[in-house]
Amino acid sequence: MAALSDFINLYLLPGLVVGCIYALGAIGISLLFGILRFAHFAHGDMMTLGAYLAIIFTASWGWSPYAALPVAVIGAAIVALGLDRAFYKPFRRAPGIVSVIASFGVMLMLRSAIQLIWGVDVKTYDIGIRFPMEFGLLKIAPRQVTIVLVTAALVVALHLFLTRTRLGKAMRAVSDDADLARVSGINVEQVIRWTWIIGGGLAAAGGVFIGIQTKVHPNMGWDLLLPLFAAAVLGGIGRPYGAVAGGLAIGLAQELATYRWFSDEPFVDPGYKPAVAFSVMVVMLIWRPTGLFKGRS
Amino acid sequence: MTLLGFSSYLIALGTMSGIYALLCLGLNLQWGFAGLFNAGIAAFFAIGAYVAAILASADSAVHLGGFGLPVALAWPVAMAAAGALAWVIGRICLTLQGDYLAMASIGIAEVLRIIIKNEEWLTGGTRGIAAIPRPFETLLPAPWNNLAFLGLIVVLVAIVYLAAERAWASPWGRSLRAIRDSDVAAAAIGKNVAQFRLEAFVLGAMVMALAGALSAHYFKFLGTTAIEPLMVTFLVWVMLIVGGSGNNRGAILGAMLIWLIWSATELLTNRLPAEWITRSSYIRVLLIGLLLQVVLQKFGKGLLPEKPPRLVGERRETR
Repeated sequence: MAALSDFINLYLLPGLVVGCIYALGAIGISLLFGILRFAHFAHGDMMTLGAYLAIIFTASWGWSPYAALPVAVIGAAIVALGLDRAFYKPFRRAPGIVSVIASFGVMLMLRSAIQLIWGVDVKTYDIGIRFPMEFGLLKIAPRQVTIVLVTAALVVALHLFLTRTRLGKAMRAVSDDADLARVSGINVEQVIRWTWIIGGGLAAAGGVFIGIQTKVHPNMGWDLLLPLFAAAVLGGIGRPYGAVAGGLAIGLAQELATYRWFSDEPFVDPGYKPAVAFSVMVVMLIWRPTGLFKGRS
Repeated sequence: MTLLGFSSYLIALGTMSGIYALLCLGLNLQWGFAGLFNAGIAAFFAIGAYVAAILASADSAVHLGGFGLPVALAWPVAMAAAGALAWVIGRICLTLQGDYLAMASIGIAEVLRIIIKNEEWLTGGTRGIAAIPRPFETLLPAPWNNLAFLGLIVVLVAIVYLAAERAWASPWGRSLRAIRDSDVAAAAIGKNVAQFRLEAFVLGAMVMALAGALSAHYFKFLGTTAIEPLMVTFLVWVMLIVGGSGNNRGAILGAMLIWLIWSATELLTNRLPAEWITRSSYIRVLLIGLLLQVVLQKFGKGLLPEKPPRLVGERRETR
């Protein structure tokens, strides 16, 4: 029984939580790819930015990170709009690959700006010690519950936005065929702006969750990039719901791969977790580049 | 600064520019010639550096080594190893285009970095490989040995440049450009698209590996910090875009210019008050990122834009 309890509490639940964080980042990558047709390499650093924006409020005014979360989301959305205006808008008519190169530049700038403002030390939100709640075999930390529930709420809100609102429907139309959407009178620039607001905001939420779960570091965005792309590709790039499933799958795969499946040693050395995400991504790219849920080719 | 100090600074500047020029020429073979978006330059640089270092370094209790091969043998083996890795990766990933190849190659470089970090028996992990011999080191007295090493790098850059220029004008280079601009059209006139792409990818990777080997022997120490994606992959991309992709001279110019800016700003920022010195490197990265954006937006084709080679019988004056 102890083995089962270990499996659930040390592998399955953390995998689920990490999966939620990946999902929040991968939604943005997927949405942006669908609308703007390029892979946003600075998206991991958007998550870092969100985590550090929250630190302003937790460190200076002693806010709870949960209270700082909405402010960080709004702040990151504004930064995302500014970055788009300055560095991506000039390349709307250029091949998507030019925007990818521009996103390399944004990545360098975001990370160095964060290091310049907040320094390079590892930071935490200092939430204090909260004892896990026990339900029989389960030992759940309150923050794990919060992360999963807030992620679920955000995904439901995104779903309602994409299916029920005029703007959300316009977004799906632009994702399916930008030119057709434009000639039918959809304001494509407005759709792009909202894509950045949603993508940047969700990334910031994911970044704050990382801070709540573990710690905040200027290079964490770079380490996130591989699992985020793997999640987006797995779910079918351009498909926000696929990105959610992909994020959960990659998070669970990374954690479960380190379980002692066949012997007393971890099946995959924890140091090699990113390689798990990478392997999943490469297999998907070769075997089914459109993703599990038929994204765009 | 004394005259000797200044000249050794110039030699160091030239050596690093030469190593980056090789990386840029390698990337130009892949991106400028063939349109292959390799975001994992660090992988091939690392293979070149580690294979050369392991083969040429002295025996060590920490990592594999003690073969004591001369560089004339270790470097070609390092290049061949990177070529072999590129061949395998190319066979699997070159069907992917654009963004997808970028994601896959960045992943390859990251996984390789994790392996290098974790497999201490092979690479020394974070402790790295020390005492890698530098050519001419014991052969000549102080500034002359460094000058001789710089001379060797200049010769290697010249060889790779001349070969790349020859390739640019050759039927091989023309086919690559045709594939880059429209693989469907190139396939329709009978070009073996996959084979051409694979060749460009492997050759570019081998040049990157040479740069890696040179850098390991230049610094005489090789650790995981030497293969950071920032200093290898992204700086090289900035260099090629600034210099002009699709132009071999542009690749060299970009490497020299960006490295000059990078190291000259280091001289300036070292004069800043102490509390700013640690932050100065981030200011430099910020400015390099900004420079990339400015060049992309204002000079989309770089400082030396791509030019098609002279046609047979076409006179020089007409261009």
